[in-house]
Amino acid sequence: MSRVLMRGNEAIAEAAIRSGLKCYFCYPITPQGELVEYMARELPKRGGVFLQAESEVAAINMVYGAAAAGVRTMTSSSSPGISLKQEGISYIAMARLPCVIVNMMRGGPGLGNIAPAQGDYFQATKGGGHGDYRLIVLAPSTVPEATELVRLAFDLADKYRVPAMILADGMIGQMMEPVKLPEPVDSADIPPRPWALTGARGRPKNVISSFDLEPEGLRRMNLVLQETYREIERAEVRWEEMETEDAELIVVAYGTMGRIVKTVVRLARAEGLKVGLLRPITLWPFPYGAIRRLAERTRAVFTVELSAGQMWEDVRLAVEGRAETPFYGELGGVVPSPNRILEEVKKYVG
Amino acid sequence: MSVEVAIPEGYVRAFAKPAALSDAKFTYCPGCHHGIITRLVAEVLDELGILERTVGIAPVGCAVFLDRFFHCDFVQAAHGRACAVATGIKRARPDLVVFTYQGDGDLAAIGTAETVHAANRGENITVIFVNNGIYGMTGGEMAPTTLPGQRTVTTPTGREPRLHGYPLKISEMLAQLDGPAYISRQAVFDYSHVVKAKRAVLKAFRNQLEGKGFSLVEILSTCPTNWRMSPTEAGRWVAERVTEVFPLGDLKDVG
Repeated sequence: MSRVLMRGNEAIAEAAIRSGLKCYFCYPITPQGELVEYMARELPKRGGVFLQAESEVAAINMVYGAAAAGVRTMTSSSSPGISLKQEGISYIAMARLPCVIVNMMRGGPGLGNIAPAQGDYFQATKGGGHGDYRLIVLAPSTVPEATELVRLAFDLADKYRVPAMILADGMIGQMMEPVKLPEPVDSADIPPRPWALTGARGRPKNVISSFDLEPEGLRRMNLVLQETYREIERAEVRWEEMETEDAELIVVAYGTMGRIVKTVVRLARAEGLKVGLLRPITLWPFPYGAIRRLAERTRAVFTVELSAGQMWEDVRLAVEGRAETPFYGELGGVVPSPNRILEEVKKYVG
Repeated sequence: MSVEVAIPEGYVRAFAKPAALSDAKFTYCPGCHHGIITRLVAEVLDELGILERTVGIAPVGCAVFLDRFFHCDFVQAAHGRACAVATGIKRARPDLVVFTYQGDGDLAAIGTAETVHAANRGENITVIFVNNGIYGMTGGEMAPTTLPGQRTVTTPTGREPRLHGYPLKISEMLAQLDGPAYISRQAVFDYSHVVKAKRAVLKAFRNQLEGKGFSLVEILSTCPTNWRMSPTEAGRWVAERVTEVFPLGDLKDVG
């Protein structure tokens, strides 16, 4: 199929519809407004359900219901809205329901602003709500990658019965790029859901719950989650490397920053500086092993992100003293230029 | 474990457990009206023959174990979110019969927004709203529906409206909206009221089958444990005091 020029938010919406999305629930918030508008316009025409909820809380609980009923379902929002959804996400995780959540991050904390930021890394990768759970977190750095990761998010959510999150920001959401849209999914390829609530006809009743008053029972439910998470950690870690073979300094950056750091690597190489990039694509599961292997043969592993050092904690856990671990972050929606980052890089290499 | 009673020659069984109910023992306290209300729902599912296409939504609160009591599919919702979860299920599978069963803390406090907006959208679901004026399972705290002067563990000297607000008449509020098809308040403190309440529950489910939209039956209930009353006193309290603030009858019925 030929490529089309699309805005990130719209490409994500179209990719979701082509991935078999049946029910989409939302609450308006910037900078993901185009996603909502696209869904309102397109999803009903193509046999799906679009519903603007009264709140973020209601929207995620509608996702809980639709997921329990066994259809592909999704919600999207931005940082403060995602905070409001956390209770619902915790329930969805423990009830082992597949769904996709898009977070177009914005500057925070509080109301913050709508500029690109990566301050929701902890919330996305460490659980976010109450209890021991994880989301599969996918961080696209371009619009084409975002469309691919939407399909992957639905597939992985189904495969493991865990919620999956697309974590990006207004930069990815609002920029336009040529994308090759995925072919519409064949409904026969969507895994069966024998656990879904479809009416107890000819089978024992299905119950979807995150509740067990007995500690032993709740422990067993938790262990199922933990076993699933170990399996995901073994099989689903994704990352991209650029110029890492001979690098003396590896930059670790994801999403919008990962994209900008590619330019930094090219600028550095043009100056003869041996700089490479490791760009995590899955933020959870995090590529600890890949970073550790690179840290064995490099001087420094340099984290660059649009936060005060949230992913930096995971990078340091990966490196465990094998190399220096400097950090450069920007806050409040400030996006550094490649040259500004290069200045920082030069402090540690060359 | 169920107890099978042999029917002697010449007798007929006049009262049996509804087929919709499992053998799980109710977890409600002695004298609590939840048991009657849960049974009424089960009887209606039997009579309409819809058990195999019904999904129930259990709330947080005394009915949190509801999924154990019924033979139909169930999902357990977060506190107050039952109407949003019901919306998600019904929109995904309109062929299912979807009902929520919620207490006053769940539906009229933390879940007010979800309730009002599901009603306002006219979601084609059935809501059973059990109003006992208190947080039962949590330990007897003030609910939005607690009567003025009523003592609870968080209003130890009695609910003072100027400090704690007035009893929230959520059914009257919902009846003002254009969305709902049927809003009714019932009670089950004596036989004649049980019969009327069942009629209302039946109508609320039948409305859904006929695609009429949002139907809610509020049923005044007792909480002898947290009201610190005997079951008899609690029933009388509902009949004499609660119905003064929350009068019985249909508040909206589009027919």
